[in-house]
Amino acid sequence: MIKDIFTQLWNDKFTKIALIILGLIYFALLFADFIAPYTKDFSDRTMAYVPPSVIYTIDENGKLSKPYTYNYIREFDQDSLEIKYKLDRSQKHYIKFLSKGQPYKFLGLIPMKRHFITTDDDGRLFLLGTDINGRDVFSRILFGGRISMTIGFLALFVLFPIGLIYGGISGYFGGKIDMLMMRFAEGIMSIPSFYLLIILASILPPGMTSTQRFLLIVLILALIGWAGFARVVRGMVLSIKNEEYVQAAQSIGASKLRIIIKHILPQTTSFVIVAMTLSVPSYILSESGLSFLGLGIQQPDASWGNMLKEAQEFTNILYRPWLLTPGFLIFVSVLAFNLIGDSIRDILDPKSKVR
Amino acid sequence: MEIIKYIIKRIIQTIPLLILVSLISFFIIRLSPVDPLAELKLNPSVSPETVEKERSRLGLDKPIIVQYGKWAFSFIKGDLGVTSTGERVSQKLKERIPNTLLLTSLVIFLTWIVGIPLGILSAVKWKTSFDRILTILTSIGMAIPSFFFAVLLLLFAVKTGWFPIGGLTSPNYQELSFWGKFFDMLHHLVLPVTVLFTISLAGLQRQMRGNMLDVLDSDYIKFARAKGLGENVVIFKHALRNALNPMITLLGFEFAGLLSGAALTEYVFQYPGLGRLILEAVMKSDINLVMASLMMGAVMLILGNLIADILLIITDPRIRGAQ
Repeated sequence: MIKDIFTQLWNDKFTKIALIILGLIYFALLFADFIAPYTKDFSDRTMAYVPPSVIYTIDENGKLSKPYTYNYIREFDQDSLEIKYKLDRSQKHYIKFLSKGQPYKFLGLIPMKRHFITTDDDGRLFLLGTDINGRDVFSRILFGGRISMTIGFLALFVLFPIGLIYGGISGYFGGKIDMLMMRFAEGIMSIPSFYLLIILASILPPGMTSTQRFLLIVLILALIGWAGFARVVRGMVLSIKNEEYVQAAQSIGASKLRIIIKHILPQTTSFVIVAMTLSVPSYILSESGLSFLGLGIQQPDASWGNMLKEAQEFTNILYRPWLLTPGFLIFVSVLAFNLIGDSIRDILDPKSKVR
Repeated sequence: MEIIKYIIKRIIQTIPLLILVSLISFFIIRLSPVDPLAELKLNPSVSPETVEKERSRLGLDKPIIVQYGKWAFSFIKGDLGVTSTGERVSQKLKERIPNTLLLTSLVIFLTWIVGIPLGILSAVKWKTSFDRILTILTSIGMAIPSFFFAVLLLLFAVKTGWFPIGGLTSPNYQELSFWGKFFDMLHHLVLPVTVLFTISLAGLQRQMRGNMLDVLDSDYIKFARAKGLGENVVIFKHALRNALNPMITLLGFEFAGLLSGAALTEYVFQYPGLGRLILEAVMKSDINLVMASLMMGAVMLILGNLIADILLIITDPRIRGAQ
C-alpha cells in the first residue's frame, strides 16, 4: 500500500518537486558534518556578523581561475561610527573540495577530517555569513535543521500512540468512562495551545543538558496535540465498534484491550497517515516559534527557530539579511510538507475533491 | 422559545468545562518548582504586607486542594492578586483583553469577508486555472511562519516608513481628536492584521471550498439543477446555506487558532495584547499574571466556541432536531 501511495505521489508534478526538495534537505541534514565547512561550535570571535564570502572564478587579470575567496577584515569607520568589513585582497584562499578541515565524527561514529567544501587553514569560507559569535550560519543551518526537522516527527511518534489508545478506550467503552475522558480532552483543548506551550516550556528547570531539553520539548509538543487527535479517533471508533467483525471477536471472548488494539485501531490507519503528514508542519512551526522566543532549543545548540532570534533586532534585519535564511528554509519545508499532505489525503480519500 | 431553551442548556454545559480548565491550569503551574511569590519578594518596591496578604490569599502553607479552592474563590470574586511589580492583575487584564479581542475580531471579520467568496469562487470554478492559482497561493499563505512574516513586515515598515513600528497608539495619542485616534489605531493595526489575516485566510478559504464542493455534489443540488433553476439560484439559495453551516462551527476553532497565533505576532509587533502579556509574565515567572491570563485565554476560547454553537443552533434547524 505504501509503495502504491508513493507512485501516485510521484506522478503529481507539484508533489514530485516537494518530495525532491524534502529529500535534498534531509540528505543534507544527515550528512551535515561532511557538507558543512565548519563544526557546529566553531567560532571566530574576530569575525562577528561577517557578510557571506564572495567567491571569484575570474581573477584580477580577467582569466578563468580555480574558485577562490578573500577573507574579510574588520574596520572601524571614524566618520559614520560603523564597523565595516572589507575584503583583504592581499591573499587568495582557494576553495578546496574534499579537503581536510575541522575534525568531526561522520554520522556520529567514524572520526573524519574531510569536508565537502572548505578553504585553506587561515582562510574563512562563510557561505551565508556569520552570526554575533562569528559562527558560520551555513553550517549552523545544517546542524539546526537536524533538530527543527526531526522534532515534529518525534512529537508525533509520542502523541499518536497516546491519542490512539485514549480515543480507542473512550470510544469503545462508552458511557461514563467516555464522558469523563472526553471532558478531560476538551479541557486540554480549551486552553489556547500556544499559551500552554510557552507555560510548559518555561517551567522546565534550567541547567538541563541539551538532549534532555530536546526530549522534554518533544514531550511538551506531544502533550498539547494528543487531545484533538484522540477526539477524532474516538469518533471513528464509535462507528467501527458496531461492525460485525468486532462482534465476532467479542463472541469468541477476546479481551477488550485486544479488540481495541487488534481489531478496531487498525481500521483507522489511513486516517492516521493523513493526520500525521498534515500535522508535521504545525509541529515544525511550533518548535520554531518556541525557540524564536528563547523558550525552546537553547544556545549553543542551533535550531532554525533560535537562529531567527537574532532577527528580532532591527539592525540585524536591516544590515544583516543573511541571518533570515532559516526563516526561508522553514517556509520551504513547511510548504513541501503541506503539498505532500494534501496529495496523500486525496489519494487515501477518493471522495475528497480538495485537489 | 425552543431556541432559548437550547441556548441556556448549552451555556450551563460550559460551567463544568470552565472548572476543569481551571483545575488543569492550576495544577500545571502549581506543580512546577517555581515559588509563586519569589519575584514579588525580590521586588523592593513591594511592601512585606502585600507579600503577606498574597501568601494568605493563596494559602501557600495549606494543602494544594485548599490552595485551589482559595484561588478559585478569589478568582470568581474578581480578585486576581498582584503582579510582580505590585500592580493589580485585574487592571492589567482589563487593559490587554480588549486589544486582543479587537485584533482577533478584525481578523475574523476580514477573513470571512474575503475567504468565503473566494472559497465559493474556487469551488464553482473547480479545476480551472483560477482555482489552481488560488490553491497555490493559499498553500504559500499557510506555510509562512507567523513570526517570520511579522519580522519581514517590520523590515518593510522600517524601510518605507509607511507604517508605525509596533504598539497600538502613537505617543501623541491623547491629544488627538476622536477621528484622529481612530485612524491612529487603524494605522497601527494594519501590519499585525495583515500577518494574521494571511495565515488564517488560507485555512478558511480551503474549508469553504471543500464544503461547497461536497454540497455541489449532493443530490438535492443535482435536482435543483435538473429542475432548470439558474446557476446563481442554485449556488446562492441552495448550496451556500448548507456549505456555510460547518463554517460556523469552525469559527470557534478559528478563534482558538488566532489566540495562539496572535501571541507571536503581538510579541514581534510589541502589540499590547493578552498574548504578549502572558509571554512577558512567563519570562518573568510572574505566577499570578500567568495563571490569570491563561485562565482568561481559556475563558475567551470557551466563550468563542459557545457563541459559534449558539449561532449554529439559530441557523441550522437540523441541530435543534437532533438534540
